[in-house]
Amino acid sequence: MQQFLNITLNGLTVGFIYAAFALCLVLIFRATRIINFGQGAQAMFTTYIALEVLQRTGSYWLALPAALVSGFLLGALVERVIVRPVVNGPEINAVIVTLGLFVGLVALASIIFGNTFEGFAAPFSVRGLKIGDATINLTPNNIFNISAVLVAMGALLVLFRFTSLGLQMRASAFGQEVARLLGVRVGRMLTLGWALAGMFGSLAGILIAGGGFISPGFMDGVVVFGFVAAVLGGLDSFVGAVVGGLVLGLTTNYVQGYIGQELQTLSALAILMTVLLVKPSGLFSSSVARKV
Amino acid sequence: MLTHPRSGAGLARSTLLRHAGLMVAAYVGIVLLLEVVSPFRGSQLGELAYFIPAVAGLTVLTGLNGQISLGHGALMAVGAYTTAVLLILQPNLPFLLVVLAAVVSTSFVGAVVGVAAARLHGTYLAGATLALAVGLPGLALTFEHRLGGEQGLSVSPPRPSANFQRFVEGTLGIDLSSQKYVAYVGWALALLVLFVLSNLVVSRYGRTWRAVRDDEIAAALSGINLGRARVLAFVVSAACAGVAGSMIAVITRLTAPSTFTLVLSISLLVGIVIGGLGSLVGAILGSALLVFLRPAVTNLGLNGGLSAAQAANIAPLAYGVVLILVMLLAPRGLVGSVRSSYLNRKVARQLKVERGSP
Repeated sequence: MQQFLNITLNGLTVGFIYAAFALCLVLIFRATRIINFGQGAQAMFTTYIALEVLQRTGSYWLALPAALVSGFLLGALVERVIVRPVVNGPEINAVIVTLGLFVGLVALASIIFGNTFEGFAAPFSVRGLKIGDATINLTPNNIFNISAVLVAMGALLVLFRFTSLGLQMRASAFGQEVARLLGVRVGRMLTLGWALAGMFGSLAGILIAGGGFISPGFMDGVVVFGFVAAVLGGLDSFVGAVVGGLVLGLTTNYVQGYIGQELQTLSALAILMTVLLVKPSGLFSSSVARKV
Repeated sequence: MLTHPRSGAGLARSTLLRHAGLMVAAYVGIVLLLEVVSPFRGSQLGELAYFIPAVAGLTVLTGLNGQISLGHGALMAVGAYTTAVLLILQPNLPFLLVVLAAVVSTSFVGAVVGVAAARLHGTYLAGATLALAVGLPGLALTFEHRLGGEQGLSVSPPRPSANFQRFVEGTLGIDLSSQKYVAYVGWALALLVLFVLSNLVVSRYGRTWRAVRDDEIAAALSGINLGRARVLAFVVSAACAGVAGSMIAVITRLTAPSTFTLVLSISLLVGIVIGGLGSLVGAILGSALLVFLRPAVTNLGLNGGLSAAQAANIAPLAYGVVLILVMLLAPRGLVGSVRSSYLNRKVARQLKVERGSP
């Protein structure tokens, strides 16, 4: 029973991080109908930048903004330089470009930062809380991770619901031509969308890294999990991405805890296949029918 | 009822013969080349022998049928592990049977993936096959006692039978006892794959695949079963990856998860993108660039003062840069760009002639 509780708690923590990552995929997909396969690599890169800051200054609270700001800038740069030219071409070209970004960034990180595992200090204690005599697998750091994701989601919600900027972004995603006619700077909104996604991704990256080890490939699996979570939620629903992330976090942790760690990714693949074959539009899709 | 014009059948037969002649000539050329080059170049040619079937199979799937796959590295792993396990259990099995078994097992996995893939488009398919590429090597770790875990399985390469070896030495003067034998077998299989594919591409199946890629509604209205066409393309492509996997096992003499990383799948993608999607000639060119340029860029890194571990990552970095640059600058790849500029010039010339003689 205690093992089940611990695995569940761990799954929820991981699930919130997957949800954050799925959110940034959804953010981009809504605006440009592209899945950014380079998202994980971007997040990995900014986590390395944060690690540099952490090692130089010793302060996590300087490293975190460094990751977020560099994630924002990198996202904007990627959209302006390599995505903008292919976004209206065949779908396959855009997929290939973001895959190129994926391998290119991972290789670049291996060259610059070395292909080894490096420890990343956690901002809070990673020892489980005590309830009575039993130690449960809910650490102060886990609580920080969950609250960080919740705060970021809240900020995103406020931005999209209650600000003019958010309204313009939603309009650009909904109908580019109409938005342009109404005076929205659509290009700028798309860049902003990718930048925000980059920032969200780097938040997920630094949260996963905290208290563990990072290497150039440490986000490879997360890309898969984030993608599956996003598809599970319907790819264009923010709520769906969050639910998908939690479902995936729990499932992969049950598989890890009861069957074996190596099968985590394959279990995600199984979920993906089931969703795509049974309900291809996902659980929370807003559009009625869409080609998958 | 319409009857097929006779000339059509005659042309098909001559295409078959022309391709067969081309392959035999290419094989003779490769054997001569393998005899004269240094052992290092010979090993590179051996490497090329397993890249070509994989890249050619992928270009048929992605270029002709419009299905992107990042899972071909994983499919090659299926072929390689089938080969390794069979050769360990039954060392005396004829090698062609082993390859056949690898093709069958990979086709089976390809059919399963293909059934799911047939319902998916671009991004979704890329994501699903990405999951396959990242996840499948995990199986080797789970079934460690059978599949060797992280260390992998070492494979003893096939040997020619004594009679065959004596015969070839006696008539052609070629020494078959050396490790070049594996390269000869590999090239024979690679050319066989190219032969089958080049005929499939111009056949009814090739036309069906292109029709499905270009406009699925029109294709469905013409009576093409979309799902069946897509699954068949995936199975054919997977079978090619099976041949490639079988050869990678015996040429590198090792089957380990570290061979079949995502970077392998991406490098196959680079091969088809550089050469031009859907072109078999492009696939050969792309494979050659992959095999011969990788040591070159790695050396460039070493000479530039990088450590060996860093220089090993120059090639994947180049893959990423090449994928992005080709898509931005010349999305049709080498062969496609050359072909379209040739056609443009031809049309311009024709127009000039027509305007000149009113």
